[in-house]
Amino acid sequence: MMARPFSPKIVTANALLEGDVVYLTEDDRWSRRHDEAELIEDEAHATIRLLDAERQANVVVGAYLADAKSGPNGPEPVHFREAFRSRGPSNYAHGKQESY
Amino acid sequence: MYVYDAFDAAFLATRNAQFRAQVERRIDGSLTEDEFKPLRLMNGLYLQLHAYMLRVAIPYGSLDSAKMRQLALIADRWDKGYGHFTTRQNIQYNWPKLGDVPDMLDSLAEVDLHAIQTSGNTIRNVTSDHFAGAAADEIADPRPYAELIRQWSTDHPEFQFLPRKFKIAITGSPNDRAVTRAHDIGLRMVTKDGKPGFEVIVGGGLGRTPMIGKVIRDFLPERELLPYLEAVVHVYNQHGRRDNKYKARIKITVHEAGLDTIRAEVEEAFLRIRGEFEAVDEAVIARIRAQFTVPDFLSGGAEALDIARRDPVFRSWADTNLAEHRHPDYAIVTVSLKAHGATPGDATSEQMRVLADLAERYGHDELRISHQQNVILPHVRKADLAVVHAALKQVGLGTANIGLASDIIACPGMDYCALATARAIPVAQELAQRIDDLRIEHEVGALQIKISGCINACGHHHVGHIGILGLDRGGVETYQITLGGDATETAEVGQRTGPGFAYDEIVPAIERLMLAYLEIRAGDTETFLQTYRRLGAAPFKEALYGPEKQRNAA
Repeated sequence: MMARPFSPKIVTANALLEGDVVYLTEDDRWSRRHDEAELIEDEAHATIRLLDAERQANVVVGAYLADAKSGPNGPEPVHFREAFRSRGPSNYAHGKQESY
Repeated sequence: MYVYDAFDAAFLATRNAQFRAQVERRIDGSLTEDEFKPLRLMNGLYLQLHAYMLRVAIPYGSLDSAKMRQLALIADRWDKGYGHFTTRQNIQYNWPKLGDVPDMLDSLAEVDLHAIQTSGNTIRNVTSDHFAGAAADEIADPRPYAELIRQWSTDHPEFQFLPRKFKIAITGSPNDRAVTRAHDIGLRMVTKDGKPGFEVIVGGGLGRTPMIGKVIRDFLPERELLPYLEAVVHVYNQHGRRDNKYKARIKITVHEAGLDTIRAEVEEAFLRIRGEFEAVDEAVIARIRAQFTVPDFLSGGAEALDIARRDPVFRSWADTNLAEHRHPDYAIVTVSLKAHGATPGDATSEQMRVLADLAERYGHDELRISHQQNVILPHVRKADLAVVHAALKQVGLGTANIGLASDIIACPGMDYCALATARAIPVAQELAQRIDDLRIEHEVGALQIKISGCINACGHHHVGHIGILGLDRGGVETYQITLGGDATETAEVGQRTGPGFAYDEIVPAIERLMLAYLEIRAGDTETFLQTYRRLGAAPFKEALYGPEKQRNAA
């Protein structure tokens, strides 16, 4: 049986101090922007990058891998939950969308 | 209003100092998140979707103007200028920063408020009838008992690591406005031989496995309240299932062991521990009761209400938002936090300050928060209603919709909550807006719509006349409808209608339900719930999904 193909991922978490959603970039920064995240296409590399994130437990909380896809400006969310996390709530222009 | 004594104040100051040190140690790296998480949850601090969230208990839903002003100040100083009132009489701040939370807690302590046990597997904020102390149908004010339970349950050494969270609700009236039958323990005041006591209901709850509570003791004398509660929670603490989170609530314990078995064990434990409580409770309850004095009501002036009613806008508001007060010259005012299109339960700091001012000036300095996410001014003279209404209107608080279709309960859903599977707030907003556009809610009459953004049912969808449950079905927001739920003393769990609806289909679906009801009701006085009970789900399913034949063919 063929193994299921790996769907691309990003590493995301919440910032320890602000609680804001953050994304791990290729150059090891935590960005507030989804489209700056490193899009990980390889499963082994994804595991390593998640471990990299988890080692930064004094900067971020609750790191995990989320599905993402390639877009014209960088990675885009796949699931609606990640789309909301990348924007902010729908009832007020609070959160990330405030600064867009 | 209960005022902290030296013991309460010292306990809270110590606890807040401990948490301040814990936050410092988390920030400087001495504590890991695994170590810190249970500590922050014990103090009401969650990490949600976009930010931290601080859940502050409003004990039994009671506030005075000083407390309300402090909630406004906290919203301005450390949050985004508003707060969200919840179905468990809490207020949630959605945007605090970790380093600010100790200051927020100290600020709350200045007005005898805290966030202790608003999370975790502990006894949570004791909720009560939002008309407590004012309702015409009340046997006695339940708040002294609620305060007694708050003191007993706060930091109770045996009950800090229960199998699961534990919720107690109490009402002093036969008409249940506190959803007592959907709580782990519900207390309903009754009288026997002229003496007040409680009907004790156990094992109710919503969530994944909704159950209506069962009467474990039909009459409990008031002085035996605490030892009996302690016996119930003690038995639950021993038998509650810690192996399976979904079976850990007392409703499952009661369901699996059987009510009679649990009752026998509770009575046995009760007889064993009763002696430890004797005399102590009576002295304590007397001391607490002395602080919940009945205001000095002023007689006269009721005729002003008849004059004010000549204004149609006021009349419409008076028809929906006023309830009968124990004093004939007073009314209970429910202030709607459900302006059409607004977020249910949200109040800006400005609105909070106006509510505080009105309570101080016209309401014997009392406010309540309802589980229906509205604010109550429990004691307003009929003579002052017109001026109160005018002041409320000025700040967007004059909406005349209490008990109507747009008075929707909605949990924060996936706009804020990390557990949510779909959004709830925008569904409520769009539905209320649509109801307003159609101008049908006064014709539709009494109708409770309740929306939850996940199976945990914080939005009480199971007991809504129309319940809406938001789920994630294959990566798409999907909304299931239940019908026939009832949150009162005749509590019932609603029944699912069938397949769910997509996000852009749910508002039209609810509209079809309302229009169908108007078609099939037996006259203007038959409510939605009565029509449903008379005719069953069939005509409503037809409104939702089309004629049955067509459905079977599909």
